[in-house]
Amino acid sequence: MNQVNETGSEQARALDCFLLAGKIMMESGAETYRIEDTMIRMAASQKMVDCHCFITPTGIMFSPSAEMATRFVRISNRSTDLEKVALVNAASRKLVSGELTLRQTYEELQLIDQTNYKFPIQIQVLAAAMASGCFLILLGGGWEDLPFAFIIGGTAFYIVDMILEKTRVKFFAEFIGALVIGSAASLVIYAGFGQDLDTIIIGSVMPLVPGLLITNAVRDLMAGHFVSGLSKGAEAFLTAFAIGAGIALVLSF
Amino acid sequence: MNWPLEAFLSFLAAGAFGVVFNAPRRTLVSCGLVGMSGWLIYRMYFLAFEDSVQATFAGAFAVALVAHILAKKFKMPMIVFSIAGIIPLVPGSKAYNAMRNIVENNYLEAIAFAADALMVSGAIAMGLVFAEVLMQMVFKRQAKRTQKKIGMTRS
Repeated sequence: MNQVNETGSEQARALDCFLLAGKIMMESGAETYRIEDTMIRMAASQKMVDCHCFITPTGIMFSPSAEMATRFVRISNRSTDLEKVALVNAASRKLVSGELTLRQTYEELQLIDQTNYKFPIQIQVLAAAMASGCFLILLGGGWEDLPFAFIIGGTAFYIVDMILEKTRVKFFAEFIGALVIGSAASLVIYAGFGQDLDTIIIGSVMPLVPGLLITNAVRDLMAGHFVSGLSKGAEAFLTAFAIGAGIALVLSF
Repeated sequence: MNWPLEAFLSFLAAGAFGVVFNAPRRTLVSCGLVGMSGWLIYRMYFLAFEDSVQATFAGAFAVALVAHILAKKFKMPMIVFSIAGIIPLVPGSKAYNAMRNIVENNYLEAIAFAADALMVSGAIAMGLVFAEVLMQMVFKRQAKRTQKKIGMTRS
């Protein structure tokens, strides 16, 4: 990329810029049609009118015109970071409105790509624990179960995050997380502290539910992006299946 | 039914999910409000008509509608607001019951729960899509109107 910046033409840098924007958005969990829209708009603002892009959850192809070569970026890991999506969106808006030049936009995108905007892990765990507790009450659980859902939900979220960082295998991490939730909840019930096994498990599992994937899959399918819609749907289904298997394993004893 | 408590809890839960998904800091409260509106409409519809599929549709429709309006206001992608709001509607307890019955070899009951969970997920999807189509139509009409106004003042 550095070489291109030094020697390449303006158009090559423009392509780098569009692809980086698409890559960040896909890695942060944006919808496919939103990414395509952003890239095409950015390209149109740089007078590339008849460009095409094809976006899947694992790679982005972008063809600027008949004369120029098609470029491709590979996307290896995806997580959820809505702040990055919003920031790239803002940067592309600025480029289109002429507030930023191409070079400035590219620099800003590189900055966005390298910065970690996530909340510290302690706060994330606390939020997950809070969500678990709230869902326990919303789904009809008793107040006496609240501390268990709070602790189990937070712990499971932390464990999934740790395993994900170490192994990079999402389904395994979710499976282990569900397993921990199931065993901890059963333990609490057998020890005589908890009242209702079902609501404790459901409440604690909620932070692991692939809600983003499900909504994205549906919206992509409806927008006509069948390849990414189906693959995101498969990812959501596998995640749900991993959670279900982890809980089922505990319940079958 | 304790409405203020449910409103507060769903607000808190959706806001917490905003933190987990790392929504931009200044939208966290709005995320909570989206989740709260979705959940309250879901509960109201459910208590009135006793149909979880229709209730989920109404809830998802409300979430997507509010999310679209907020997205216009904040000039951010709609996904920032809708994700946290959709989570409370996900049929977690139905899927759990389906799986539990499979483990206990009650396949007939499991199928009933699984079908219900599937219908509810479909309702979420339909709610999102309907709201999206509706908002697109409204925004297009608004854009046309402003275009007309500008044209009239210019001429």
